[in-house]
Amino acid sequence: MHKRYWNNYQKEIAEDHYFYARSCIRQTFFSGSETAFLKMMTDELGKDIFDDSRQHTCTGIGYHSDIIPLETISTVIARLFSLMTEMGYENFVPSCITSFGILTEITELWHHRPDLLEKTRELLYKATKREFNVPKNIAHPCDIIYKFREDLKKNMKYQLVNKDTGEPLKIVEHIGCHYAKAFPDRGVGGAEFPHVLVGMIESWGGSVIDYPERRHCCGFGFRNYLVQANRGYSLSNSNKKLESMAPYEPDFIVANCPGCTMFLDRWQYTVAEMEGITYDKHGHGIPVLTYEEMAGLLLGYNPWELGLQIHQIQCEPLLDKIGIAYSPEDKYKDAYGKQLFPPQKPNNLIV
Amino acid sequence: MDKKNLILKKLDEDVRFHEALSACMNCGICTAICPAAEFYKYDPRAICNIVQMGNVDEIEDLLKSDTIWYCGQCMSCKTRCPRGNTPGMLITVLRKVSQELGYFTESEKGRQQFAIEQIVGKNIVNFGYCVHPDIVEPFMHPEQGPVWKWFRKNIESVAPRFGAVYHQEKAGALRKVDDNSIDEIRRIFEVSGGNELFDTIEKFSEQKASEYHQNADHDYLMKVYTDNSGEHSK
Repeated sequence: MHKRYWNNYQKEIAEDHYFYARSCIRQTFFSGSETAFLKMMTDELGKDIFDDSRQHTCTGIGYHSDIIPLETISTVIARLFSLMTEMGYENFVPSCITSFGILTEITELWHHRPDLLEKTRELLYKATKREFNVPKNIAHPCDIIYKFREDLKKNMKYQLVNKDTGEPLKIVEHIGCHYAKAFPDRGVGGAEFPHVLVGMIESWGGSVIDYPERRHCCGFGFRNYLVQANRGYSLSNSNKKLESMAPYEPDFIVANCPGCTMFLDRWQYTVAEMEGITYDKHGHGIPVLTYEEMAGLLLGYNPWELGLQIHQIQCEPLLDKIGIAYSPEDKYKDAYGKQLFPPQKPNNLIV
Repeated sequence: MDKKNLILKKLDEDVRFHEALSACMNCGICTAICPAAEFYKYDPRAICNIVQMGNVDEIEDLLKSDTIWYCGQCMSCKTRCPRGNTPGMLITVLRKVSQELGYFTESEKGRQQFAIEQIVGKNIVNFGYCVHPDIVEPFMHPEQGPVWKWFRKNIESVAPRFGAVYHQEKAGALRKVDDNSIDEIRRIFEVSGGNELFDTIEKFSEQKASEYHQNADHDYLMKVYTDNSGEHSK
């Protein structure tokens, strides 16, 4: 009975042959994560994944801040699907959680209203002479890493374990709202029991912190961050989560949404500078990783090629806890080996 | 068609209106879980009630108010609604109608649509991105901190270290979206109503800017981007 109940919370994730759609926010703030994901897919797992140079935004951030009509976002997505179709793929993998939510919403709408699918086909053809197939499978990259977590584990050099105590690291997992809150059957574990990051953490040796505001939004709120006057909303909601998790002393936070990763990182810096408060005992803040960064570190990828130096909360205390080898002198080198002046130090946050 | 019937017609003709709200029993669980209700003087339960009651005068007041602009679109309300409603999607439809009728310029939060259209909207049709490092200006984003300033200053030589192809016309992160793709995006906006909505937002915003005797492109833009009466939050 229990097993049958859990089946309601599974989703279909394609085995191979993926069309990759990059994320505006992930490539802006965490481009090393997209690179690492593609490397894991090809070098670690031997999968076929295509990265098309002609791709573009899904317009999702504009849609959720109400400057993009439904018909426009549907047709822009249809162009992305037409690129996928043209290149011979059927499985669509959007790097962004907002895109994932949008694709879920639009394809669900088309399923129930085939007339709107036909209207979108007409608009795309009128604008571009393009045609498209609706993907057979839409999975977020975190779904794919979750699916192949045991295969990746075979290649991992490290575990989510404190090297000095042998204890599992204590980890906060944060699921972006648009992964499954609107369409629970499209996420592993649904909205009530999201398991996609829990599965990775537990397979790779860590333990998951359950805390009161675990499912609260990070506070992005689209227009509530995009417009400077509204950012108190975003900061306050991140602060609510951080205050709630702090007593459990997390070693780090991992998120499947690039926006959440960025906000939980940057608002810690802001609160430290405005209020002199950090959410750890030592004044460093709680590191916030993307799931690609978490997997990449365990696979032995160079932290500075993953891009951990461009997080505001610095990662060295976490690397030391796990025992990950890194070169401090390489941290602020550019791609050509030139040593750059490091970023200015914050007043309160210790970096 | 009189204004009242026009409001109801515009709501009714949006497929999302019917998906978002049906047989709400006003239990208030949407308000209980809502991050916006936690921060602002905001109550999605009350909004559902006003719309469901169908009093057009009250709906018109709503369309002209700050209230409909508080929602952060997280859609947490959808998860918990016992009737499967989505107040966050109802908000999307109300905002659409508010913009089409020009009511959005009547409220401080509504007027912000001009800044979003100018920043995110123009970035989409000019560069193919909603967000790109080039538009995350440190002076407009002090919360991004000194690391972001450092990355922006050194982006051309640092981004390749992360595998990015900043401003290059080839596959990869931060690539330049090719001209043909940008042309196709622009044609999509032309045929699907995207440009029409941009024009509508600009038209009503320019009217409001002239009421303030301000230049829309700069003074009014910065005004709506930064104005905060301090009367919105709890």
